[in-house]
Amino acid sequence: MLEVKQIDNGIVIDHIKSGNGLKIFNKLELFKANSPVVLLINVESKQLGKKDIIKIENTFDIDLNLLGLIDENISINFIKDGKVIDKKKVLMPEKVSGLITCKNPRCITNSDDYVKPTFDLISREKLEYRCNFCDEITRYKI
Amino acid sequence: MMIERNIKHLISLTDYSNEEILELVKLGEKIYNSPRDYADTCKGQIMATLFFEPSTRTKFSFESAMLRLGGNILGFSDANTSSVKKGESVADTIRCISYYADIAVMRHPKEGTPKLASIYSEMPIINAGDGGHLHPTQTLTDLLTIHRYKGGLENHVVGLCGDLKYGRTVHSLIKTLARFNTKKFVLISPEELTLPSSLKRYLKDSYDVEIEEVRYIEDVVDQLDILYMTRIQKERFFNEEDYLKLRNSYILNKEKIKEGKGDMIIMHPLPRVNEISYEVDSDERAVYFEQAKMGVYVRMALIMKLLEVE
Repeated sequence: MLEVKQIDNGIVIDHIKSGNGLKIFNKLELFKANSPVVLLINVESKQLGKKDIIKIENTFDIDLNLLGLIDENISINFIKDGKVIDKKKVLMPEKVSGLITCKNPRCITNSDDYVKPTFDLISREKLEYRCNFCDEITRYKI
Repeated sequence: MMIERNIKHLISLTDYSNEEILELVKLGEKIYNSPRDYADTCKGQIMATLFFEPSTRTKFSFESAMLRLGGNILGFSDANTSSVKKGESVADTIRCISYYADIAVMRHPKEGTPKLASIYSEMPIINAGDGGHLHPTQTLTDLLTIHRYKGGLENHVVGLCGDLKYGRTVHSLIKTLARFNTKKFVLISPEELTLPSSLKRYLKDSYDVEIEEVRYIEDVVDQLDILYMTRIQKERFFNEEDYLKLRNSYILNKEKIKEGKGDMIIMHPLPRVNEISYEVDSDERAVYFEQAKMGVYVRMALIMKLLEVE
């Protein structure tokens, strides 16, 4: 079995639904990271059957809102000196700023660079957000 | 720097309580009844009319309102004459105009632009229409008309006819009237232009209001207290063929309103193209020109409220 060693310092993003690992890797732009990053795909999981894991060394900074948007089952472990010092579950954010673009082509947020599109969650089940500017409902897709 | 001052704008009527809306409507009616009493209330104040999209009627209505209050106006009615053409953000434009005027009226083809402007403005912003999104002062105009001719806003059977899909005036009016215990909405439109399902769901979920959808005016005209006609707009269609096919589908004439109640009122936001035959103009129930007149008075009320000059 393929083995990847534990990290001493950094973040482990665990319980990623199989298939989403690479998408999260790209969304978080981890290909630009300065420190070592490991992406594990199709790891056996009691909970999920198969899962993906991402390990990022020497960083504790991560966009929890973005992860919450992608998958609420993701868990995040913060590791220091080889020990888990904090665990966090992500939640779908009630308010989102900048992470989604409004699907309405006539919305001002798609043509005026000054403004960051902002949204309010309206359906957790359907991943639906309402634009604060034009009221159009945008469904988040990873 | 974000503006922290607590300035009241009118971007959407959803930001206003029912009491605030009624207050505006009632003030509008008071001004209508004795306009001379209000002739100097805005003396020395300047209103900027920022029309990034042409609209003679709305612009004139606002300008007339401000002039009748004794105020002054400045502005443009073509985005080509403004620096936005050069790529300036609306946020920058509005910050500068805040120093030249005391209140601004904005129409813009992009949806959400007046909201964006309000975030950075140091003066009250009035949304005079943003794309297919909102046109709250048209709704206030409609409410004043209903209030005046039907004696109140509550318990009416309201028929809406024409372009219910793209027509922002209709969406805004429906959402606002629903807050005032509308008895029933009767939606009359071709299949291609029905009210968006999200809006129907919202009305059902939030107000549990009765909704009936039909294709022909004649089938329902006898139950209506208000018949609101709308224009089928060419610019909302992607091709001319679809527009021409539907344009003539919903033309109101004397024959179609024959069975209507004697105290029903016929409204239209204007301009009409051919959706109401000229023969209807002489019908006592037709109030669409009075409606345009009401627009000036309710805008006077709004300007006064936002400038806090009552």
